[in-house]
Amino acid sequence: MSNTPFAPRDRGWHPPAFHEPYRSTHLRAPQQKLLKMPQSASELSGPVFGHDLIGELDADLIHNFAASGEAAIGQRTIVHGRVLDENGRGVPNCLVEVWQANAGGRYRHKKEGYIAALDPNFGGCGRFITKEDGSYSFRTVKPGAYPWPNGPNDWRPAHIHFSLFGHAFAQRLITQMYFEGDPLIDLCPIVGSIPSREAVDRLIAPLDMEATVPMDARAYRFDIVLRGRDAALFEHEQEGM
Amino acid sequence: MGQLKESPSQTAGPYVHIGCVPNFAEVTGVYPADLGQVIARDEAAGQRITIKGRVIDGAGAPLLDAMIEVWHADANGVYASQEGADPHVAGFGRVAGDQDTGVFEITTIKPGSIGDEHAPHLSLWIVARGINTGLHTRMYFAGDPLNAVDPVLLAAGDRANTLIAHPDDGGDFVFDIHLQGPAETVFLDM
Repeated sequence: MSNTPFAPRDRGWHPPAFHEPYRSTHLRAPQQKLLKMPQSASELSGPVFGHDLIGELDADLIHNFAASGEAAIGQRTIVHGRVLDENGRGVPNCLVEVWQANAGGRYRHKKEGYIAALDPNFGGCGRFITKEDGSYSFRTVKPGAYPWPNGPNDWRPAHIHFSLFGHAFAQRLITQMYFEGDPLIDLCPIVGSIPSREAVDRLIAPLDMEATVPMDARAYRFDIVLRGRDAALFEHEQEGM
Repeated sequence: MGQLKESPSQTAGPYVHIGCVPNFAEVTGVYPADLGQVIARDEAAGQRITIKGRVIDGAGAPLLDAMIEVWHADANGVYASQEGADPHVAGFGRVAGDQDTGVFEITTIKPGSIGDEHAPHLSLWIVARGINTGLHTRMYFAGDPLNAVDPVLLAAGDRANTLIAHPDDGGDFVFDIHLQGPAETVFLDM
């Protein structure tokens, strides 16, 4: 494992902690500036998860919670892409965990308040580890949009949550994937917390007809970028401390 | 270098447990066990400790939907992915607060110093609804002599006390994380 430090995170590209239209940030956004610090082994190392962690159906949300011989209801969907670092290199052996609502927009959670039906054959979680070139693929059903208690009538666009471990604790990232063409994307206060349209576009997966399986599943392509290691930038940062 | 930009972070939302600790969220039968439940096995070298705490919002209420990840070195200051680490210390843990009280509990061993004058500490990462980018912080131990020279505690200045856990009457460490207010925890940009 390389111990080269990571380039600093561009905080202006990520959503600010406080975003007025997203009400939950009001009492939860730290108000003090984040403390800049040099990276140590704490940040440059990270837990390692092997391929043997992954069960046979972990990357198949259509079947991993379903009764034998049954399947989740919804638009059968393949999501695939690559996990890269900021230098454009594939990130192999990256544990990715995903979770989502069912095709009706309801989560399997006791605090979920939406009245859409639960699908008895859909749990809503999956995981996989990226291959040598950083590529991954999983199967699911397209999640539904759902209303949430924020403004008087806010709806979340269809989305899948992604949690990623790179090779270091500093690379830890949770993000969300949206689906091309969804009109709710531009109305969502959580999407709207991202400052630039260019950055939002990075979270919108295009339909990928080439990867569809005829008479089975449509496909969306979603590439994810984690922080990259960069010695030169880091030295520059340290000088400024 | 730097041809690509990091994917923008988005909140983990209120249902992060479905994805990260599904058995805790009562989505059972998918994974045999949730990740990060055993940070240090009984055989691990070092002093066994329990840390109890809450994540508290700007109104003084504990978060009931947070997930905290822990990453720390073994008793000799070596991380699990480094050479020579104690094979009984995973160093990585995931804890969710109690769904009624928000109290989380971390059971592990006290890590050693990782060198370069870093005092023994746990790295923590906090996600929840309303947290747009996961928050990194560190937890240190009251009374450790290295605290006086630790670079992060020094940089934190008069807010360094927000990073220090204190033992209670029973010997467990108590560490509350404040997202806002006069006791706001120091969060790290590293």
